[in-house]
Amino acid sequence: MRLKSILAAAFVLASAGTTLADEKVVTIATEGAYAPWNFSGPNGTLEGFEIDLAKVLCERMKVKCEIMAQNWDGIIPSLTAKKYDAIMAGMSVTPKREEVIAFSTPYAAGINTFAAPADGPLADMPGTGESYSLDSQADEAKKRIDEIAALLKGKAVGVQGSTTASAFMEAYFKDAADIRQYKSTEEHNLDLVSGRVDAVLANATVLAEALTKPDMQGVKMSGPLFSGGVFGVIAVGLRKEDTALKAQFDEAIKSAIADGTVKELSLKWFKVDVSPRG
Amino acid sequence: MPLDFPFLYETLTTLLGGIPLTLQLALLSMVAGTFLAFGLALMRVSGNWWLDCPAQFYIFVFRGTPLLVQVYIIYYGLSQFPSLRHSVLWPFLREAYWCAIIALALNTAAYSAEIIRGGLLSVPAGQVEAARACGMSKLLLFRRIVLPLALRQMLPAYSNEIILMVKSTALASTITLMEITGIAAKLISESYRPVEVFVCAGATYLAINFFVARLFAGIETLMSPERRNLPASTSEKQEECHV
Repeated sequence: MRLKSILAAAFVLASAGTTLADEKVVTIATEGAYAPWNFSGPNGTLEGFEIDLAKVLCERMKVKCEIMAQNWDGIIPSLTAKKYDAIMAGMSVTPKREEVIAFSTPYAAGINTFAAPADGPLADMPGTGESYSLDSQADEAKKRIDEIAALLKGKAVGVQGSTTASAFMEAYFKDAADIRQYKSTEEHNLDLVSGRVDAVLANATVLAEALTKPDMQGVKMSGPLFSGGVFGVIAVGLRKEDTALKAQFDEAIKSAIADGTVKELSLKWFKVDVSPRG
Repeated sequence: MPLDFPFLYETLTTLLGGIPLTLQLALLSMVAGTFLAFGLALMRVSGNWWLDCPAQFYIFVFRGTPLLVQVYIIYYGLSQFPSLRHSVLWPFLREAYWCAIIALALNTAAYSAEIIRGGLLSVPAGQVEAARACGMSKLLLFRRIVLPLALRQMLPAYSNEIILMVKSTALASTITLMEITGIAAKLISESYRPVEVFVCAGATYLAINFFVARLFAGIETLMSPERRNLPASTSEKQEECHV
């Protein structure tokens, strides 16, 4: 009798195990410090454009998703070490990154600009309010960059390390500015307010959000909005061997762009449409 | 994973560029920290409640909180006060370099103070009494008897602390300083090869600390004349054993 019930219990457990395994769990890492793309809300839960988008994508992929926060520094090595299955953290597609991981079809475009104290010498750099693509308007963009480089001579500019923003600064302003690398955009913003750096360069959507905070009242965006080139497009980072998962993400993203969900979420979080064009 | 020697070589030579800053941070904070620690240790052994208590509290606070938190409070925390940003201290505190040195110095002072106190307390009472019987003044007694004996006693623990400090300078990379770890982080962000870069960074720290350890072993031998005869006496003993 007793043996029978144990066997029965074991059988029930075993079958429960198989049904759980059927429902695939995809763990997605985000940074959690890159508002409004992804950030920790007032009650500690993750919020933002990418959190909402991830939920939409998982629903369309018919998988159960777990979203976790991970330091930006180790976000790619931890993916290849299988700590999670995907990255949605405002990550631009770059050739260097593509050597190590695979990317889904893009779900957003990267747009970056400078920010500086409104009462300082860098408040109105050439091209403020204009937009330049480093691909299709390479010459015009280069002209603006040279003008800005002259202004940044000897000035300290903060960027988040391991980002397209730092790649952009290293590529175009290496000889002009003193480039300081920070662990997060929040940290370089603190140093911009305290006057340790004269300007910062970061994603325009992230800066726009940061500038709404009371501490950042004296700061404004300056210089043109740069896109394309090193900034590229933003996509889900995946392991190269997970081709099936990539196909699922690609399909879900395409459908979310096609029916306007990405645009809707983008307007909700950024007030501008960052959904990839073309 | 196959070893990519050209990449390892390139990484190592780039990391070498961070050694001067790492050594500066370690050296300057050690010097400042040791002076502070000496004062704190004297306060601790003074027997005066009004001196002992603040020193105890200082040590409690700086030993009980993580160094990373101290670095953040000094670098990001202090800069939040506009009054401080307009004070005479700001040209110093504006620089990540000085913030790192201040944090490291304040932290090592707390640990070193206890090491120095331990050294001072280890001096045998009999030696102090003998010196006093010879008619030495308090200062002379401290300089000739207590200090040399205490220094010798605390040397092994103190060399430990210095090695810990060399490694702690890695935290300066969190406040934008490009010392060895800062450069390593940048190399990783460019290459996405954390294993090779971190192994090279670790090897660089290992090399520095090898020299620190050798240096202190040398000082220890220098300060213990009686032990320099040790090889001779052991050989004698061996001979005895042979007999």
